[in-house]
Amino acid sequence: MAENRSLVSIESLSREKILSLIHRAEEFEKNPNSKILDGKIVATLFFEPSTRTRLSFETAANRLGAKVIGFADPKITSGTKGETLKDTIMMVQNYADVIVMRHYLEGAALYASEVANVPIINAGDGANQHPTQTMLDLYSIYKTQGTLDNLNVFLVGDLKYGRTVHSLIMALRHFNPTFHFIAPKELAMPDEYKTYCKEHGITYVEHEDFNEDIIAEADILYMTRVQRERFTDLMEYERVKDVYILKASMLSKARENMKILHPLPRVNEIAYDVDDVKHAYYFQQAQNGLYAREAIICDVLNL
Amino acid sequence: MNQELMVAAIENGTVIDHIPCNKLFEVISLLGLQAMTSTVMIGYNLASGKMGSKSLIKISDRFFSDEELNRLAVVAPNVNLSIIRNFEVVEKRQVEMPSPIVGVVKCANPKCITNNEPMRTRFDVSEKKEGVIRCHYCGREQLVDTVKLV
Ligand SMILES: [Zn+2]
Repeated sequence: MAENRSLVSIESLSREKILSLIHRAEEFEKNPNSKILDGKIVATLFFEPSTRTRLSFETAANRLGAKVIGFADPKITSGTKGETLKDTIMMVQNYADVIVMRHYLEGAALYASEVANVPIINAGDGANQHPTQTMLDLYSIYKTQGTLDNLNVFLVGDLKYGRTVHSLIMALRHFNPTFHFIAPKELAMPDEYKTYCKEHGITYVEHEDFNEDIIAEADILYMTRVQRERFTDLMEYERVKDVYILKASMLSKARENMKILHPLPRVNEIAYDVDDVKHAYYFQQAQNGLYAREAIICDVLNL
Repeated sequence: MNQELMVAAIENGTVIDHIPCNKLFEVISLLGLQAMTSTVMIGYNLASGKMGSKSLIKISDRFFSDEELNRLAVVAPNVNLSIIRNFEVVEKRQVEMPSPIVGVVKCANPKCITNNEPMRTRFDVSEKKEGVIRCHYCGREQLVDTVKLV
C-alpha cells in the first residue's frame, strides 16, 4: 500500500513538517486563490455538525479550484442511516480524492484512514483530536510572534477537557515553550499532560489566580471556555466562573507582542471590551484557519 | 493425595496450569473450549501452595499456536503451559503478553469507535507503566486487569 498521507493527529507531525505547513500557509495567505486542485474532488463528511469548521474547509477547497461533495449533518442524510463508517468511507472514496471528516466518536478518523485508499483529514473526532485547529493555532502564533521557538504560552480556563490546549502542548514540544496553566482546581491540567511536559523537558507553571501581573509575562494568552456542565460542584462553578474572564483592564502590563487567542465560539470568557485592544487576535486566528487548511489539503494530496 | 491426579492424565494435548480461579471462565472463552469436540477436563478450586487455590485445564489432542496462547497473557499472565505427547511433558512454556493486543479485549471508552463499529480492537502495551494498555484508536489508557474480553 502506498504511503498514507492522512492527517489524523497532531502528535504525528515533526517540527519540519509543522514549519513546512506554516510556510505553505503563508504562501496561500499571499495568494489565496489557485487552480492547484483543478479537477479534484474534496469530500466533507460531517457526521457531527460543525458549521464553522465545515465552511472553513469548503472555502479552502473552493479557493484551490476543487469541487466539494459531502454532507453537513447525517441526520438529514438518509444515505448514511444505519450504515457503518467503513461502508460510508468505501463508498465516498470512489468519488473523492480526499476526505475531510468530523465524527462524534473517538478514533473514527484513524480507523477511516486505515480502511480508505484516499487520504483522510481529521476535522475533529469527539474529544480526541482536531489537528487542523492546532495547525491554525500554530500558524497564528508564528504569524504574530515571528517564530514558534522559546515562547511563553499561557493556557487559561478549562484545561481538563479542552482538547485544543492538550494538542497545543504536544505540537509545541518541538519548540522549547514555557507553559503557564491557569485554571480552577476542578479543571486543572491533567497529570497525564504534566507528565508529558516533564518527559519532554518542557517548563510549566500552574496558577489558580488570573490577573494583570500574571498576564504580564505572556507572549500568547490562549483562552478557552469554562462551561457550567463540566463542574460536578455547582458552588465551585459559581465561585470561579468570573475569575477566568479576560477584561481589557487586565491588559495594562501586557507585553507589546502579546496576542490573545481563542478557538471560538466564545461565550463570556473574553469581555467585549477586549475586541478593540491591539492584543486581540481571535478573529484573525479564525481566518488563518483557511490558509492552514489550504496548506493541509495540498499536503495530504502530495501536491 | 496429589489433587492434579484427580483430573485424569491425557495422552496427547495441552495442559494449562496455575489459572487464577476467577479467570477460569475467561480462559475457557478465550481458547474457544466450548466449541471443542475433543475431551476437555477442568479442575476448579484445586489447592495450590503458592496461589491458595487454582484452576487447571487439560485439553486432549489439541495444540495451540503461540498467537492463540499469548492471548491468555491478557487475562492470566502467570499460567504454566505443558505440551503432552505420549503421557510425557515434552515442552513447558510461559505465555507472553502480545503487543499489539488485537481483537482480544474491549476498550473501556464507550465513545471509542471500536465500541460502535464492527471492527477489531487494538491496544499497545505501555513500556513505561506496568499493566497499562493504550487503545490504538481513542488513545485511552486502561489497566489490563480491568478490561473485558470482546
Ligand atoms: Zn478506544
